[in-house]
Amino acid sequence: MSTAVATVRSNATSLRRLLPDWAWAVVFLALAILYPYILDVLIASPDDLLDASISTLGYIIMALGLNIVVGFAGLLDLGYVAFYAIGAFVIGWLGSQQFPDVNGGKGIHILTPAKSAFGSDLPGIHINFFFVIFIAAAFTAIWGVILGAPTLRLRGDYLAIVTLAFGEIVPRIFENSTSGIFGIGHTDFSNGRQGITPIDKINFPWSDTAFKYPLELKPVYYVGLAMVLLVIFFNRRLRDSRMGRAWIAVREDEVAAAAMGVNLVRTKLWAYALGAALGGFAGAFLATYTNTVNVDQFEFGFSVFILSMVIIGGMGNIWGVILGAIALSMMNRYGLKQLNGVPEKFGLDFDVTSINFGIFGFFLLVTMVLRPEGILPSRRRKLELHEAEIEGDVIAREEMSQLYDVRHEQ
Amino acid sequence: MEAASIPESPAARTRKPFGTVILDNILWVLLAAALIIYFVQDPKQTLDDVKTGLSNGTIWALIALGYTLVYGIIELINFAHGEVFMIGSFVSVSLWQTLGVTPDNAFIAILGSMLIGLILAMLASSVLNVMIERVAYKPLRNAPKLAPLITAIGMSFILQNVGLLWRPQPDSSPDLIGSQKDYFKVFGVAIEHSDVFAFVVTVPLLVGLLWFVGSTRYGKAMRATAQDPDAARLMGINVDRTISLTFLLGGLLAGAAGMIYALYNGTIQFNQGFTAGLIAFTAAVMGGIGNLKGAVVGGLIIGVIQSISDTHYGQVWTPAVVFSILILIMVFKPQGLFGEETREG
Repeated sequence: MSTAVATVRSNATSLRRLLPDWAWAVVFLALAILYPYILDVLIASPDDLLDASISTLGYIIMALGLNIVVGFAGLLDLGYVAFYAIGAFVIGWLGSQQFPDVNGGKGIHILTPAKSAFGSDLPGIHINFFFVIFIAAAFTAIWGVILGAPTLRLRGDYLAIVTLAFGEIVPRIFENSTSGIFGIGHTDFSNGRQGITPIDKINFPWSDTAFKYPLELKPVYYVGLAMVLLVIFFNRRLRDSRMGRAWIAVREDEVAAAAMGVNLVRTKLWAYALGAALGGFAGAFLATYTNTVNVDQFEFGFSVFILSMVIIGGMGNIWGVILGAIALSMMNRYGLKQLNGVPEKFGLDFDVTSINFGIFGFFLLVTMVLRPEGILPSRRRKLELHEAEIEGDVIAREEMSQLYDVRHEQ
Repeated sequence: MEAASIPESPAARTRKPFGTVILDNILWVLLAAALIIYFVQDPKQTLDDVKTGLSNGTIWALIALGYTLVYGIIELINFAHGEVFMIGSFVSVSLWQTLGVTPDNAFIAILGSMLIGLILAMLASSVLNVMIERVAYKPLRNAPKLAPLITAIGMSFILQNVGLLWRPQPDSSPDLIGSQKDYFKVFGVAIEHSDVFAFVVTVPLLVGLLWFVGSTRYGKAMRATAQDPDAARLMGINVDRTISLTFLLGGLLAGAAGMIYALYNGTIQFNQGFTAGLIAFTAAVMGGIGNLKGAVVGGLIIGVIQSISDTHYGQVWTPAVVFSILILIMVFKPQGLFGEETREG
């Protein structure tokens, strides 16, 4: 068994060595760019798969954001859905007819078409999507700091529960803010359980024609892809930055890091802020794409869905997390349907897709028990997770001491 | 946070100025003040809320004990505990549905089926809880602390979906105790059958648990393991078995809570465990996690807060109120009400 694994691993390594790293990057980038056209060629009706892929792009951004908090800084955040909710509501407020009375009923339009497709006036605030995503990111980052600041002195499991509680409170506040927030004022912020819909379609700042999804999906795919590439670039730079190294130091040993001069407060708050910002960034995108902001989407299960992507893919490893996000998202959409025949064989009758979260829970459990470092592990994280087992193991110790000489991961 | 710190000697305790005491306990002072204000405004309604809260709180207390026992001994938040409670409810209701008992049956038949339901729910939950520990936590005993928390979440989702398959829709339990009927009135507050029932089942269980942990050899082993697992092992205590025993006890109480909940509320559904688990965890933290009596008091307080919030802010806000209190306590008073005592306090 272990020899088989070793063979696969050495094969994978030799495959990887076939091309230099930059060439692999070019190959993957080209594949990602040509993907919609490849689908056109391969599949008769690619729209469904492309639709799933666009949601996946949103999930990738969220998983990368959560990876900053959980993977890099080692702070378990169980309430990530709160940032999804905040980001989605920002675009719900700034890109829909939610506030019809603004500007005397004429509405505010910034680089968006001022008339609807039928030529009538559009009340409400309408700001161009490409501005709103950054506003959403900034706004959620502020909330990341607000939620993060009181939890700084907590560690481990207490922190996890506090974030979980935040994740439960935020959607409840939105849900109940149909007549002012906390009973202050009378503005309807959320439209209650119906949710805010429709959300403005994406349009380029220099053009007045909005994208025509869901009829035409390719443009949205490229917007999503551009966002993902931006986030990957941002994450890679962050990981290797001074801040990134500080996060790893805090993750490995908080006390030692503080003794070495790492400012714990600043380091942790930045992790929260940036992780949250990416949640808001993706949240705004997904809300526009799905055309609705509804509190029913923002449940604990979603936080765990994203957390599973990070953990199953490999905490701390950007490529692992992306792989995890793609795998779980596609599995959620297609893989579980394939399993629908399985219960019948055992004489049971149920729809496998209805228990998707249970299946992700199972994956989470199995991964954590058998391979806590995930599918594509970050080498450093792997050693941390197996510290207890490799104590006294001479070979592993040598590997560890070698690792301390390596500045970058991988 | 040390789960089982050794109590400081009385000599080391100095008298704090009154002002600091108030500031230290501002949270409790505010809660008490709110209660008094509401009482002055509307005494009858508030008394009624307190009554509802206390009887509801007994359920939270039973669940909270499971959290506190486990946290005390291995410093792990057993996230799947709420689901264990849910399974307890399901087992007892399934039994009654299979037996076909209705409130019209003879008193002895009802009592007997309730007793069997209680025992079965307790057994099922405790066995389940022990199995969870074996599968999800034991392999990770030496791993970083967050690893078992993540498996706990995984386990919780698995069980919740088992519940979903078992009963996809909310189901109603036969109203064996005539829960809405009044027993008697105190100060104009109607004490219903369900209130009496909750207390009648809970109190013996609590007394039994305190006796078990405080006065038996096994309880002593549990306390020793909580203080220092390595030293306990050196003293010849079977630590693994003691931990299993702790999960067993927690499961017993959760099963009982599940059965009470089914009769008290009348409806059960697969996701009741998630909310109940969080509420009970809040109670455990409020009482100082690891502290048995604290968990009970915390459960009762949370019950009262909930029913008062239901009346004054509406049910939609109650979860947010409870979770805010959870955050406030964890951030500002992580040791809880009685945290400085040992967990057997």
